[in-house]
Amino acid sequence: MNSLDVVGPQLAVLIAAGIIVVIDAVVPHQRRLIPYVALAGLAASALWTVSWVSRGYEDDIFGGTLALDEYAAFFYFLFAGITATIVLASIDWVEREGRRQGEYYVLVLTACSGLMFLAAARDLITIFLALELSSIPQYILAGWGKDEKSSEAGLKYLLLGAIASSLLLYGMALLYGLTGTTLLTEIGSEVAANGADNRSLLIVATTLLIAGFGFKMAIVPFQMWVPDVYQGAPTPVTAFLSVGSKAAAFAVVTRIFFEALSPEFLSNDWSMVFAVIAAVSMIIGNIMAIVQTDIKRMLGYSSIAQAGNILVGLAAVSAGGGDAFKLGGSGVLFFLAAYAFTNLGAFVAIIAISQQINSDRIKDYAGMWKRSPFLAVMLAFCLVSLTGIPPTAGFWAKIFIFNAAIRADLAWLVIIGVANSAVSAFYYLSVVKQMFLGEPAEDAARVSTSPSIALAVGAASIGVLVFFVIPMPLLSAAESAIQGLVPLT
Amino acid sequence: MVPLENYLVLSAILFSLGVYGVLARRNAVLVLMSVELMLNAVSMNFIAFSAYLDPSRITGVIFAVFIITVAAAEVGLALAIVIRLFRNRATVNVDEAAILKW
Repeated sequence: MNSLDVVGPQLAVLIAAGIIVVIDAVVPHQRRLIPYVALAGLAASALWTVSWVSRGYEDDIFGGTLALDEYAAFFYFLFAGITATIVLASIDWVEREGRRQGEYYVLVLTACSGLMFLAAARDLITIFLALELSSIPQYILAGWGKDEKSSEAGLKYLLLGAIASSLLLYGMALLYGLTGTTLLTEIGSEVAANGADNRSLLIVATTLLIAGFGFKMAIVPFQMWVPDVYQGAPTPVTAFLSVGSKAAAFAVVTRIFFEALSPEFLSNDWSMVFAVIAAVSMIIGNIMAIVQTDIKRMLGYSSIAQAGNILVGLAAVSAGGGDAFKLGGSGVLFFLAAYAFTNLGAFVAIIAISQQINSDRIKDYAGMWKRSPFLAVMLAFCLVSLTGIPPTAGFWAKIFIFNAAIRADLAWLVIIGVANSAVSAFYYLSVVKQMFLGEPAEDAARVSTSPSIALAVGAASIGVLVFFVIPMPLLSAAESAIQGLVPLT
Repeated sequence: MVPLENYLVLSAILFSLGVYGVLARRNAVLVLMSVELMLNAVSMNFIAFSAYLDPSRITGVIFAVFIITVAAAEVGLALAIVIRLFRNRATVNVDEAAILKW
């Protein structure tokens, strides 16, 4: 296979970004076309992935530094979908903001290509570069808004992100020193052969890796940036951060732990580390979310709690071999996809509402049902899915994850998880209550919905509903993706 | 020849100094310099490992080159954001950048 074809999905996205730069510079009066160019690039990227899937996969590309497997393809589709939704949801906001419209989309697309590379990366250098390729545009985007809050969010995100990168690199340096290679598969065989002799150093290296990626996954104790950045960054950017970089971080961590730090090494004590972090993330995220008055900040804490839920799946993966392995892995992927739909739906509704009422305070959402029935119903539906109540995809996501944890003898973690879902119902549903039972302010005008926003929020919500009714296709895609990953067992 | 351990210890000391600087300094520019120190300590680790354990392939050296490149991009961006913050707020003190609190 020729090598450009291999990175086709990323290339399509980057070419679209290049075209946007040209349009922005050469024919500025055609600026309204820019979002559609971005969407076309993403569609081309998804089509390219489809053509790959139909042509079969290849293992060894660019000296084994990139993987062309079902796992990568799963995340390519996910990231193309996420980015397309973000582009649709940003159109109004970017136009209203009125400046540097092209650059905004270029940064979003560049970050998307970085996320795609991250899902396929199979070499420590590639992982690091892909991580930075996705992070640097996101730092810029977080500081995109005109107000002080946004610059502050950008600065905090960048400084903490740079610290996290250096911790990650230190872990990679130790791993390289121990194994003499940067390829994940070679590290895997090296660890399997000589891991026992260097166990303590391997543990230090892995802890540093978890710290570095934990920042992107937004898990406790690396969560302090989350509420500030989520609140300060422009809402479309917050939506992008909350699903895109989190999913990519989980993707790459799962790959590293499957391929490089093989199941034998990933024995019970790793499971315990993940389980404890998961429990603490869920508890802290949910408790802090209860007291929030700003809806974006509340969703920031809620995303910490959701990251805890996903980690339950990883804990199950490392606890049990065989069955729990597959269940946990596919549960994590299913959860990431369901969470992407759900959180995007919620955020797009919030983008539409906050643009018109100019407020992110939960109190101002009172009586939203009367001001915009469509957005209120969609937002309520997505919040219900975040809680994990049927009829939503979030329900299955939690069932699959908890089922895997029970198979892996982590019943205590499941109890904590279920208790936390009950706690989370309190703050999610209080927003719903506010929207449907609260009275709008006297002078409250109707909140209108533009076609692009309606399309984005509608597509996300339909996804949430469809994957409740027929979860099997998504689950089997997740299963085959995970199975493509497991070289052992 | 200097043993590998010396490089690793030096790198660990530099990294720790960087961590200390990140935690203790309040000036955004100095925090950035501390982050640079951490990154350079890591690069040294890579180069030392590459020279001692893997002299035929130079993966570690290449990794270090990439780290330097990315660090340069990151610092450029960070300084731009710091300048913006300074224009908005007339300060580069990270403690004063604290409107976002619950």
